[in-house]
Amino acid sequence: MTALPAHPSDRKLGLVIDLDICVGCHACAVSCKEWNTGGHMAPLTDYEAWGDSPSGVWFNRIHSFEAGEGANGRTVHFPKSCLHCEQPACVTVCPTGASFKRAEDGIVLVNEDLCIGCKLCSWACPYGAREFDEDVGVMKKCTLCIDRIYNDKLEEVDRVPACVATCPVGARHFGDLGDPNSEVSKLVQERAGYDLMPELGYKPVNKYLPPRTGRTHTGCTGAPATPLQESPAESTGNRLLRWLDQALSR
Amino acid sequence: MSQRRYIAEPQSPPKQRADEQAIDYAPIVHDQVATTTCYMCACRCGIKVHLQDGRIRYIEGNRDHPVNKGVLCAKGSAGIMTQYSPARLRKPLKRVGERGKAEFQEIEWDEALKIATEWLGKIRATDPRKLAFFTGRDQSQALTGWWAAQFGTPNYAAHGGFCSVNMAAAGLYTIGGSFWEFGEPDWERTRYFLMFGVAEDHGSNPIKIGLGQIKNRPPENRAKFVSINPVRTGYSAIADEWIGIAPGTDGLFVLAIVHELLKADRIDLDFLVRYTNAPWLVVDAPGTAGHGLFARDGAGNPLCVDNAGAIRSALEAGVTPRLVGEATLADGRKARPAFELMASRYLDESYAPEKVAEQCGIPAATIKRIAAELAEAAFDQAIEIPIGWTDWAGRHHDKVIGRPVSMHAMRGVSAHSNGFQTCRAIHLLQMLLGSIDCPGGFRYKPPFPKSAPPPAKPAAQVGPMHALHGLPLGFPQSPDDLLLDLDGAPHRIDKAFSWEAPLAVHGLMHMVIHNAWAGDPYPIDTLFLYMANMAWNSAMNAPDAMRMMTDTDERGEYRIPHIIYADAYFSEMVAFADLVFPDTTYLERWDCISLLDRPISDPDAAADAIRQPVIQPDRDVRPFQDVLLDLGARLKLPGMIDGHGKSLYPGGLKDYMVWHERRPGIGMLSGWRGLDEDKQGMGEPNRRQLERYVENGCFWRGEIPEKARFYRFANRDFFDWAIPRGFLDKPQQIVLQLYSEPLRKFQLAAEGHGTRQPPEHLRARVSQGFDPLPSWYPPFGATADNDGCVLHAITQRPMHMYHSWGSQNAWLRQIQARNPLFIARKLGERLGLADGDWAWIESPHGRVKAEIKLMEGVNQDTVWTWNAIGKRAGAWNLSPTAPEAAKGFLLNHVISELLPPRPDGHRYANIDPVTGQAAWYDLKVRLKKCAPAEYGETAPVFDALDTSLPKPGNALAYGAEFRAKRARQ
Repeated sequence: MTALPAHPSDRKLGLVIDLDICVGCHACAVSCKEWNTGGHMAPLTDYEAWGDSPSGVWFNRIHSFEAGEGANGRTVHFPKSCLHCEQPACVTVCPTGASFKRAEDGIVLVNEDLCIGCKLCSWACPYGAREFDEDVGVMKKCTLCIDRIYNDKLEEVDRVPACVATCPVGARHFGDLGDPNSEVSKLVQERAGYDLMPELGYKPVNKYLPPRTGRTHTGCTGAPATPLQESPAESTGNRLLRWLDQALSR
Repeated sequence: MSQRRYIAEPQSPPKQRADEQAIDYAPIVHDQVATTTCYMCACRCGIKVHLQDGRIRYIEGNRDHPVNKGVLCAKGSAGIMTQYSPARLRKPLKRVGERGKAEFQEIEWDEALKIATEWLGKIRATDPRKLAFFTGRDQSQALTGWWAAQFGTPNYAAHGGFCSVNMAAAGLYTIGGSFWEFGEPDWERTRYFLMFGVAEDHGSNPIKIGLGQIKNRPPENRAKFVSINPVRTGYSAIADEWIGIAPGTDGLFVLAIVHELLKADRIDLDFLVRYTNAPWLVVDAPGTAGHGLFARDGAGNPLCVDNAGAIRSALEAGVTPRLVGEATLADGRKARPAFELMASRYLDESYAPEKVAEQCGIPAATIKRIAAELAEAAFDQAIEIPIGWTDWAGRHHDKVIGRPVSMHAMRGVSAHSNGFQTCRAIHLLQMLLGSIDCPGGFRYKPPFPKSAPPPAKPAAQVGPMHALHGLPLGFPQSPDDLLLDLDGAPHRIDKAFSWEAPLAVHGLMHMVIHNAWAGDPYPIDTLFLYMANMAWNSAMNAPDAMRMMTDTDERGEYRIPHIIYADAYFSEMVAFADLVFPDTTYLERWDCISLLDRPISDPDAAADAIRQPVIQPDRDVRPFQDVLLDLGARLKLPGMIDGHGKSLYPGGLKDYMVWHERRPGIGMLSGWRGLDEDKQGMGEPNRRQLERYVENGCFWRGEIPEKARFYRFANRDFFDWAIPRGFLDKPQQIVLQLYSEPLRKFQLAAEGHGTRQPPEHLRARVSQGFDPLPSWYPPFGATADNDGCVLHAITQRPMHMYHSWGSQNAWLRQIQARNPLFIARKLGERLGLADGDWAWIESPHGRVKAEIKLMEGVNQDTVWTWNAIGKRAGAWNLSPTAPEAAKGFLLNHVISELLPPRPDGHRYANIDPVTGQAAWYDLKVRLKKCAPAEYGETAPVFDALDTSLPKPGNALAYGAEFRAKRARQ
């Protein structure tokens, strides 16, 4: 089985995903697909692309579901990709060392030259984040756009994962979650960001920001809203009178 | 001021560890990068296309572009798969079998153009309107509308009539602008945002960017986002409050809010006096031809009563008008200010929240609370910005006041037969709150505002071999401007600008096939369609549309003699054409996103854009716009040939974009005009103009000076900026139309006044629809005798699809390849329907079969599905048994273009009586559970089409070649 790095650095690169503003538009998923199908793990093969059961390799997928009942419930759009766990079972289960966690930045990768396509890692990953490419016969997964984030052929501003760069609402952030003073760590702190299924002990690096609670009560807009004055006894004619002596000029 | 959209901290590349896989951190990402404009939907975002060896490596948003600021949606990124779609047409086609069977022969372009020239030449020489030219989701209407005018046919429109003309027309007639392309919320400053109905596929990236912005404000500057939508998906999912309104009752909800605001006197009187026609006197002389019109002086100026009781011009600067109270005019007639008429109407208890709550499906307390919150945000959180500006009368002001309440409405409100008046109601609410073109409110995008309505009138046919005297589409202001023949019959094939749809400012594409088939009001010769899937998802009643296109007369001739169709893909419509012009994709051609068409401006700047070819076509296809100009030259249309009969634009659209002048100095593109390339909007053509666009990322953006950015209907600094650019004609205040006199003129005709009156069967409809004050009436389709069909049925637009273009895309169809019918869980329990059951959706018109999916976030009496997923078997070169065909369905099949017959047999069109907007969302249905044997496949199904295009393989390994090349290097 494969060992985790004996002396990992403090750097833990990952994503922070804001469930309060994700509208479920799939922009991140498709942008990921188009970058990565020509990228480090190319291709992200598709099957029956124009046929009866279209399917393919995607590193990032959006799950939409409802929580709660009726109008009090909530529709949640939940983007999910590899969480780059600190204790990744997908690595330790790998019989060949193909699946590995990088010591310097914590990114979990697959070395396709060593992968034998046994799929043990996809069984081990509780988040369903691994994608088997049947055509090539190897396991593929999110690389955190390792061919973008350090790529000096791109402008510095573009050296971010494709999903972050494209997100129209700005629901995705990228940085070093191992540094408590990084902007992403502070954001997680402020917004009570959480781990997905922490009880399993895999210590995912990616964090999710929970939906803010709805603001449907009176006064929720910042200052208390005074309920509009009721005047049921007044007739329409009397109500009109109050506008009689306005002296506003144009 | 703008917020940063995301956090991304730069990371230095780590040292390579010897015991780890070596990674190439800096692979080549392109050998060429080109900017252009996306066309995966109508949003028109700027993109950068990265190419390697002539293939697309990836497409990303252009960070500098004003529309999308670097983001790109799912559709935009999937452009690769649309570019390489196996549904692309490859060569011109001539029909050789029966129409509708998709039996074609490939022909050369020269033959195709000769055939079309012959057909169209005969029409032009005899009766030009026998050409009906309709152009679907066309982004070149500045060209196509002009081409129709030069040909001489009034029978032209694009797809607005079945999309959102109610929204556009109501805005243009009321505030001289509208939502989406004509204006948007002030995302940076708004404190309260109301979104009505589905908006997910229009203005899509700007709205998503804006929503992210208002949701992520710091606590001291919070904003609230309220979504009013029967369905809680997409944007509604992140709303602070979701209001699951009953479809078609938005107007009632808005007018109840108006009632509350008036009752509490929480309105912006100052704004109403300065900027609207609220103080104008309305003649009160029931039964006469002047009743309900504005009282005017001899010069035509509207009148008001000043606070001393004198009758004066309401247009005078500094006049202090009364807002209520009867006045006696010089001729003895009585009159009252429009404000009083408005206030008396909505103060009536019939508009009280308690009275409308049940119909809207919203508790009265919620309506009251929203009204209070709106007032609190508008007035107690008012913004003052120290920007000096000069008003229309030359008076200087040292600040602008913002009412930070904003609104947006699109198709959800538009696609009802009461949509025009509902949009008017929303604009009334904006006026009462004083939140139009102010900080934090709704803000216009140039060239808007324009006068309300804009001055252009629709043009009628002149005769054989003659161009129209104007453009086919325009803005009627009274019955005199309608397009009627001498006998009063509609002049246009779609009956736009007739009594059936007097303000059909976008035409009625949805009625063209029916009317052409019926010969009502007259038969046509050639139906010429571009990029409009009228045999499928763009048609109401698709099964009958297909029958009508293949129907023959007693002589065995097709009732619609010729059909020419231009498209890039083998859509369902292709099968019904006699002649097919294969178009290029959006990445293979020049295009023009013109301010003469649908602007891409933002509130602080005018902007336009181009597309440039970034990929060479590998098929024998031509850009449709080039084909149209070629046809025009062959037909010797005015404006397309020189004095020697030679084409003025031999290079096609690329030449036209630069050299065509609509008026002296005004052409398709606004940037870099003039001999010194320094003119904006107006100036001599510049032969280097396209180079300048390309250098600038294929767009131009001209900023408005700060002092000219607010109150633009009354801002002289704005007039001074807009007039030299050709956006406005005169430095005159644009008065917002709280009370609409043009509407009243049509209503008067319906009441029996004037020489042009509606026919008897339309009087009541016109009278009701043309209320000069915003009104609400139940949607027609929903109130017809519905035989137990009590459930509203609507569609939502998936954010990752744009109509049938999206659902053919190899990547996007993996996200969604079939659509169930969503119903409320409680409704399912009542009807005995569970997830995975199948049911017949039955309307008075027909039935369609779908799989059921239960959900929580939907109005209890509403069922819905995703728009345009279902496909005809075999179309788009998909497998004939693809899920889109076998399990996906169209609600279109059960929506008739006509309402059920009245007792006398007459059938009204299923449209808004003002604009002719297709009333898709008026649909009412009942559900009938299928027998188990009926599960698993939709119905009706139609014969599978054989596109005869090369069939794609099974596995698609797009991008492998880029990796292989890297490995070789």
